[in-house]
Amino acid sequence: MSRNAEVRFADLAKRYESPDGDEVLALADVDLSIASGEFVAVVGASGCGKSTLLRILAGFEEASEGEVSVGGVPVRGPGPDRGVVFQDYGLFPWLTVAENVGYGPRRRGAKRADARALATRFLETVGLTRFADRYPGQLSGGMQQRVAIARVLANDPSVLLMDEPFGALDALTRSELQVELRRIHRETQTTVLFVTHSIEEAVFLADRVVVMTGGAAHGVPGHISRVVPVDLAGARDVTSAEFNEIKREIADLVHAPRETV
Amino acid sequence: MTDAETATTTAPAETADAAPATPGAVPPPTTTKPGRRSRRGGRLQAVLLAFPVPIVFVLVWQLGVVYEWVLPFGIQMGFLPYPLEVAQTLLGYAIPAFGDDAFAGKLWPDLGASVLRVLSGFLLASVLGIVLGVIMGRSYVVNSLFDPFINLFRPIPATAWVPLVALIIGVGDQSTIFLITLSAFFPIVLGAASGARQVPPRLLEASRMLGAGRLQQLAGVVVPAAAPAIVNGLRVGLGLAWVVLVLGETVGVDTGLGATITMARNIVRTDLIVAGMICIGLAGFLSDRLLSLVFRLAFRGRPLVK
Ligand SMILES: Nc1ncnc2c1ncn2[C@@H]1O[C@H](COP(=O)(O)OP(=O)(O)OP(=O)(O)O)[C@@H](O)[C@H]1O
Ligand SMILES: [Mg+2]
Repeated sequence: MSRNAEVRFADLAKRYESPDGDEVLALADVDLSIASGEFVAVVGASGCGKSTLLRILAGFEEASEGEVSVGGVPVRGPGPDRGVVFQDYGLFPWLTVAENVGYGPRRRGAKRADARALATRFLETVGLTRFADRYPGQLSGGMQQRVAIARVLANDPSVLLMDEPFGALDALTRSELQVELRRIHRETQTTVLFVTHSIEEAVFLADRVVVMTGGAAHGVPGHISRVVPVDLAGARDVTSAEFNEIKREIADLVHAPRETV
Repeated sequence: MTDAETATTTAPAETADAAPATPGAVPPPTTTKPGRRSRRGGRLQAVLLAFPVPIVFVLVWQLGVVYEWVLPFGIQMGFLPYPLEVAQTLLGYAIPAFGDDAFAGKLWPDLGASVLRVLSGFLLASVLGIVLGVIMGRSYVVNSLFDPFINLFRPIPATAWVPLVALIIGVGDQSTIFLITLSAFFPIVLGAASGARQVPPRLLEASRMLGAGRLQQLAGVVVPAAAPAIVNGLRVGLGLAWVVLVLGETVGVDTGLGATITMARNIVRTDLIVAGMICIGLAGFLSDRLLSLVFRLAFRGRPLVK
């Protein structure tokens, strides 16, 4: 795909206001560019603002300062060019699997039959064609998350946003989905922003890993402390020395004492 | 709660720590509720269990009339008709051949007129209530505009409206339908508003990021997600519609279940009053069932938000 899906966060800050008027600076000084087609993972301790960052790019939250753009176009609210995969799937329980996947195309004017064809195609991508006419509630967590991935892919998004998408899954399903996601990324060349708690997952999947530190609990706004490139060619072996070296480097950054921040 | 507990005790010891989703590739089997019989046996049992209480009720009624019991509240059972008298009256009311009075066979025109009034008022209240309620549930401004006003009007019972309605509308069809619309509107609008308010935010986010516009989101996500609450409001509203029907039909109309009950009181026919009461009860019961059926057909067995 030759379209420009470069993501830019420029001098981004996010303040939340609590009901009693207090302000929490959740994010500050975030500068980050993600190249078109790049896979970037974000790791960091709980509360450091990972979800906030992703939700601003998704358009669910507004930046308090700075700007976010995709392909040079500033983000103004959610849109089908940025598909979001949630940890809790967010599937419509009253729609079948195929209808869930066809939901985006339908809303954007596709005919019922065309939406169905798209759904079939993307359910094939995630290996769920047999379950097209089931309801999400009849599927396991891993299968539901596959449906959610197929659902955003059916919109042909330029950016894929994933917030701990595999966080609620068991280890086996999780590694299956990681492998599948790598394959899908190779095939679609979509820009991906992937938030996770698992450093291993981040190193396994990403071209670069963004390490965030700080957060309201530390009295410092959340910010990017380092961006670590993952220079591992080809198939990634989680047991290899290089892999674990990068893992350790990132772990040290994530757990770094506050003074180094 | 107990469902989940019984389910987890039979599962292998390895349970995920507070993971919201079920681990593994296979969905858990649906658990039957403890202490219930199998589904088919349970259905038969439920039907059988529905009989004893009404039978005892009719027996006690019969005895009370025979022995002229005086019950608390000063209820003088001796003034009541026998159950069998009521049954005969009911038969004559329904089938002209069995009736020997002016009310023979009048059930069907009465029922038709009453159903028409209930339906007009109820449909009007449904359209107004669902549209306003869904918007109130999703818009802070609209909710703030209407909620206090609605809650000021809501406690005024239909009975209190009757004298005013008699003066500004008069008596008859229009005032009855107005009273029904008014009474059914409140539970419907509040049900729709609370349902729309409680739509899981995640589903709203999902629809927005998939490209749904405001209106598409209302129709495609808010309404289906709020459907159970909307239907609850509709059922309460429909029940109230039948209550208010009798009130509206007391004066100014000749045809209608309520009108017949009023006439029966004027000529001191307790048997006909009770027969009319039974008809209204049945009509209300059946219309509620019909509403549930329509709802089920409309959703064709689709699962809804819990
Ligand atoms: N809607 C909100 N209103 C007020 N404060 C918020 C809101 N959302 C997030 N915050 C605060 O912003 C900070 C960052 O939250 P965020 O959810 O982005 O963290 P996170 O890195 O995703 O954490 P986790 O790893 O636990 O998901 C936290 O201190 C949180 O309390
Ligand atoms: Mg988060």
